[in-house]
Amino acid sequence: MKTEPFVINIGPQHPSTHGVFRLRLTLDGERIVDAEMVMGYLHRSMEKLAEERSYTQNIPFTDRTDYVAAMTGNLAYVLAVEKLCAIEAPERAQWLRVIMSELQRFASHSMAIGVFANDCGAWQTPVMHMFREREKILDLFEMACGARLTTNYMRIGGVSRDVPPEFMPALKKLIAELPKRMPEYEALLTENEIIVARSRGIGVLTPGAAMAASVSGPMLRASGVAWDIRKADPYAVYPKVEFDIAVGTNGDVYDRFLVRVAEMWQSIRILEQAVDMMPAGPIHAQIPAATVQPTMGGPSGPLAFRPPAGEAYGRIESPRGELGFYIISDGGPTPFRFHIRSPSFINLTPLRDLSIGMTVADAVVILGSVDIVVGEVDR
Amino acid sequence: MRLLAEWYDFRDLGNTIGALLDRIRDWGAPDWVPYVASGVIGAVAILLWTVLSVLAFIWIERRVVALMQNRIGPNRVGPNGLLQPVADALKLLLKEAITTRDADRILFWAAPVLIFIPTMVIFAVIPFGRGMVLADLNVGVLFLIAIGSTNTLAVFLAGWSSNNKYALLGAMRTVAMLISYEIIQVLALLGVVLFAGSMRLGDIVDWQRDMDVWLLFIQPLALLAYIISGAVEINRSPMDISEAESEIVAGYHTEYGGIKFGFFYQAEYLAGFGIAAIITSLYLGGWTAWGLEEWVPGWLIFLGKLYLVFFLYIWSRGTLPRLRIDQLMAFAWKYLLPLSLLNVVVAGGEVLVWREADVPSEVALPVIGAINAVLAVALVVGWASTLGHLRRERRPARAILTQEVGAILYEKAAPGPLRRGSGQA
Repeated sequence: MKTEPFVINIGPQHPSTHGVFRLRLTLDGERIVDAEMVMGYLHRSMEKLAEERSYTQNIPFTDRTDYVAAMTGNLAYVLAVEKLCAIEAPERAQWLRVIMSELQRFASHSMAIGVFANDCGAWQTPVMHMFREREKILDLFEMACGARLTTNYMRIGGVSRDVPPEFMPALKKLIAELPKRMPEYEALLTENEIIVARSRGIGVLTPGAAMAASVSGPMLRASGVAWDIRKADPYAVYPKVEFDIAVGTNGDVYDRFLVRVAEMWQSIRILEQAVDMMPAGPIHAQIPAATVQPTMGGPSGPLAFRPPAGEAYGRIESPRGELGFYIISDGGPTPFRFHIRSPSFINLTPLRDLSIGMTVADAVVILGSVDIVVGEVDR
Repeated sequence: MRLLAEWYDFRDLGNTIGALLDRIRDWGAPDWVPYVASGVIGAVAILLWTVLSVLAFIWIERRVVALMQNRIGPNRVGPNGLLQPVADALKLLLKEAITTRDADRILFWAAPVLIFIPTMVIFAVIPFGRGMVLADLNVGVLFLIAIGSTNTLAVFLAGWSSNNKYALLGAMRTVAMLISYEIIQVLALLGVVLFAGSMRLGDIVDWQRDMDVWLLFIQPLALLAYIISGAVEINRSPMDISEAESEIVAGYHTEYGGIKFGFFYQAEYLAGFGIAAIITSLYLGGWTAWGLEEWVPGWLIFLGKLYLVFFLYIWSRGTLPRLRIDQLMAFAWKYLLPLSLLNVVVAGGEVLVWREADVPSEVALPVIGAINAVLAVALVVGWASTLGHLRRERRPARAILTQEVGAILYEKAAPGPLRRGSGQA
């Protein structure tokens, strides 16, 4: 019997592409012969836009690249600028940054796990349960900065404002609650026979292939590489807290899921320590006078932040992997070059190799396990 | 206590209709008039019941699943959102009936109708209560199987005529699945027929009442197989592969909108009620409940059981993820089919020995029930372990925790089995 391959579009409008990502699959029956990723549906030219805006004005852009983890996006950018100007944020601000990053990691991972279960075919139940704790974390964000998703919280040299007095009790209550909730999720998903059957041995990425593709974050760690920027190139006050790197052993979809679960536990662990160790004090560093100069109209014109000429790369471990901002300054009030090294985009590179030979159902699950945010893929 | 055989006795609507028909006959009408009248009354009653049940269960399912998911569910239209299904139905009715440009128009329009008929017709042979059966066929079980399989045709027509790739994939999946699982359905029903000695559904219910035992206890394995293959036939999680939302959008009815989609939706619920009705009649004693039917209308008992069985499917939909098509097919051919075949052989042997040895049923049935229960557990577990599903490496593991930056731990021995709250160092 003569058969023909069959091309099917998964996306850009599809229930499980997590945004407007598009995957062109060539199928032989249910098997995938070829997979082509088509990106750019959410391209907003952020890097070019950022060259026209001042350094402070660029912070809200970083909310909107990875809109599921805005706090970490903010942090990576301000770290890069701080490196450029040699500013050190005060201790309390550093701790607040760690707390916000870990809360954000927990929120983002719970979303990733819930949506992954959806891709496996669960009918919204896991994702709704995961949203329960995420909501509480977003409430905390709202308390701290007035926004839930696009936080715009970090500032060059510190954070935008100190947390209100009711924040710490609420955070402590949440931290006490999370270890009780986690086993529920693990019972629902980790030990679920169907989840195991759907994800074991699917989309196996070997450490060599992962490193060759520059994959980072939970996806790299699931392949067995113990690489975490928080340990490898520490920033903020991460050296002062104790935590472990969660590593998978098979590099399959199930391991990516397990690594995320373990990282949620580690986030709780970091938060517990951070609550106890947080000092009082200022939340904003003194900005060096040399970097604040009039923009135009002579010495009496409006002041602007002008880092010295040079370049800097700030990177952090975002929930999705190594998020880096590469900034070149020519001494002017706007960046000369603003580049985002987005983990979602780079983690997608091995997707074609992972999908070939699998079925349509597997491709959806593999895409779910990469945990992309299309805002970050296309920028 | 004997039933009052009077027309006003609503414990038995069959009597009521019978009295009405007698009256028509007394007026001197020709013989075909009561015959046709009874058919029309029955058909209209079933149609009304199904429509009301579907409307009610759309609301119930949405509220129940919402409860499972920590949300409230529809609560805006009418008291507690009770009118939501009505509003939805009206919306579907008023929507434009779109036929896509490349669709095969005739088949595209025929499919929703074709899928609706078999799901309705199934209820013709179901005994809703004593004497409350529209067409008491002596080959009722065969009729169920035959009608049930015509669904496949309608689904394939829908998928093919839409000229949509998702729809075609969904239709292909449906055909593959239904053909595999129909064999299991037949085998599961065969066990029941062997014991009851009749294919008439009324007789099977009567047998369960006379023997004072539900076939659930005699044929547990067959019931399990039937519940699973029923879930496949009505596209319920974890077997909702033919309309897998996260993969192929809506499967075979992707291109359908408006009331044509409404027909598919209704047919899906009706098929669910059909499967639940068959399970109720064949395995759960139908409208009987150990003498309770003398006091409570049998049709209420029947509906109660039916809704409970249907609830099982709602529950699984709110809980379980979906299997992959090859896993589902492997499960059918490697697991359920051998077990169902064995079950039929065992059931046949038991019935033969029972008849030959002339043991009274009070002795024979408990023994057979006990044997089959033990056998069911042993077979399910034993076959699973033979196929390697219980092996240790298939059990959930957990991530390794390390402090060693840059180490590569790929294919290191996985840590021990999962404990509650494991990831925490």
